[in-house]
Amino acid sequence: MITVGIDIGSITAKAAIVEDGKILGTKVIFTGYNAEAAGLKVYEEALSEAGFDATAVSKIVSTGYGRNSVKFADRAFTEILAHAAGAHFVNQKVRTIIDIGGQDSKAISLDEAGKVKNFVMNDKCAAGTGRFLEVMARALEVNLDEFGAMSLKSQKPAKISSLCTVFAESEVISLIARGEHRTEIIAGIHESIAARVSAMLARVGVVEPVMITGGVAQNEGVVHALEKKLGLKIEVSPWAQVNGAIGAAVLAATL
Amino acid sequence: MNQSDPGAMKTLGVYLFGQAKKLSLKFKKAPTMKDLMMVYYSEAKSAKVTGRKVAWITSGGPVEPLIAMGVIPVYPENHGAMIGASKMGAGLCEKAEAMGYSNDLCSYARSDIACATVNGGPIGGLPRPDMLVCCNNICGTVLKWYETQARYFNVPLFILDTPFCHTGYFEEAARYVRSQIDEYIQFIEDVCGKKYDFERLREVGLLSFEGQKLWQAVLDTAAVRPAPMSAFDAFYHLALIVTLRGTKTAGSYYRNLLAQMKDRVARGIGVVPDEKYRLLWDNIPIWPRVRWLSQKFASHNACLVADTYTSAWCGTTKYIDESRFIDSMAEAYTRIYLNIGVDEMAKTVIEMIDKYDVDGLVLHSNRSCKPYSFGQLDIERIVGEERGIPCLMLEADMVDDRSFSESQIATRIDAFMEIIKERKKNKG
Ligand code: SF4
Repeated sequence: MITVGIDIGSITAKAAIVEDGKILGTKVIFTGYNAEAAGLKVYEEALSEAGFDATAVSKIVSTGYGRNSVKFADRAFTEILAHAAGAHFVNQKVRTIIDIGGQDSKAISLDEAGKVKNFVMNDKCAAGTGRFLEVMARALEVNLDEFGAMSLKSQKPAKISSLCTVFAESEVISLIARGEHRTEIIAGIHESIAARVSAMLARVGVVEPVMITGGVAQNEGVVHALEKKLGLKIEVSPWAQVNGAIGAAVLAATL
Repeated sequence: MNQSDPGAMKTLGVYLFGQAKKLSLKFKKAPTMKDLMMVYYSEAKSAKVTGRKVAWITSGGPVEPLIAMGVIPVYPENHGAMIGASKMGAGLCEKAEAMGYSNDLCSYARSDIACATVNGGPIGGLPRPDMLVCCNNICGTVLKWYETQARYFNVPLFILDTPFCHTGYFEEAARYVRSQIDEYIQFIEDVCGKKYDFERLREVGLLSFEGQKLWQAVLDTAAVRPAPMSAFDAFYHLALIVTLRGTKTAGSYYRNLLAQMKDRVARGIGVVPDEKYRLLWDNIPIWPRVRWLSQKFASHNACLVADTYTSAWCGTTKYIDESRFIDSMAEAYTRIYLNIGVDEMAKTVIEMIDKYDVDGLVLHSNRSCKPYSFGQLDIERIVGEERGIPCLMLEADMVDDRSFSESQIATRIDAFMEIIKERKKNKG
């Protein structure tokens, strides 16, 4: 049975095609201002790239902030459930998930069977999210893709104490003005995200193995800072950015 | 909800504070909450004409001594709730911020302070006070708020200082609060310019006690499956136990409401059609979003059967002794929900979880109300350890809708309900 999961996030829309435990294709596009159109587009492109026809698809599940705008989906689930299903699909042992997406971050705890036990999401604030990193990359005039590698060279991460994105940005600008090295500032930014996320993790309770998903998981600097802060190893999902879409496709197979 | 008339009330005004004959209105049916609140506020607003005194008082303040002297109590917090419910909160909060108040200040205080200067809001502002009565059993914010208003209106302010009860109630605290009640009575005598009527206070005390017990009985009906009313209904019906406790009006209203609820129970009518999940609410409602939230939960067949907020107005009846009302009143007002330690609060929450047999706890982390929100992480943890039910934290504000993010809240509620449904399914 072929199922499709569509995850409409605030920045990107993702689709994943799954058949009997195998991932047949994934696609990521920008969401833009029209979530409904993005849902259709990412679905069609994923199918055509993987060489399938819509008639081959048995079930579709949507997730993410735009989940209810995907009118052709059979059902919508929240991204909490989708990320849990996606992470469990990749590694059945996973008990804790850190998901850092474009506009929010969350900590999810799973029971032995892979069911969601509890979750915490960041409050109405971009700090500790992908958006936060984008703002910082702009302030530092560094390509966001280079953030991870650069921060790993840091000796003494700068301290970013503001919890608010806007204040943190001005803090970063004053650090630049004081001549602080970019690598140290970037490492400091990653540590501030790690501090925020680990506070959420403490609320759900950390049980290993821990997996990180979401677009920000691709930033090795954030992962490193989190590992340092938590004192444990974190598994990066090989499907970090499309984990929610994969989970949605997995959930579709259970409908 | 329709009011079916048991023939209880014909002429409402006669009952109001026992002497509002001038305002007597004829109601064919038992008056609705809206009728009663309209009469209450118009009576308060015409106090200057009718020669009555008006006192502004905090929601947890002892109101009975005022009512006994014919003073009309007015509650800025109830007014704040009305401002929030009519979605006028953000505008008034902005006004207060322009006046120099921080947006970290409680939004009841912000909207009240702003409203007093422009006579805005849904009822064109509160009537001018002759005195202010501030009891800090709910928070420390009210002290500064009432001091500000006392300066603004240039009227006397009475502060009743209730020590925080971390674990219990001690002799020293009892004596300290009791002695202030004497000062309070003296204060009322001075402002009213007449001798205190203790006989009347005894009567008012009995009415207040009776009203609180009736309110508790109304809330208790939701322990039945399906619940005949939800916390969202309680938020609505609460207004009288806040504003008119100690009057016959409140008693009649709740007696009538209780009869209706019992009737619904007898006929098996639930307020949420097809109630499958039962939840407990913690903290002050998100007033501008009560309807949205109620529909959101109902769409998941979930009923918020009880809450820690509306039950705060009957949570201390166990301390009240009718035969020594003044002494026991001092204790009851000191030991209210917001004036006890987090462990005690968690105990109350767990008692409610058991009593109403709920599947989950929804905590409103209310940006405005620090004393209510501060211990919630601990309460969440304790509830998790002791009862193992899922808890959901919603970050918002009771009045200022700028602190409400609909899509984020919707996602949290949906995900929370997914967990609850899954757990129930597994339990069979
Ligand atoms: S801080 Fe809380 S208790 Fe105090 S006035 Fe505001 S809402 Fe009421």
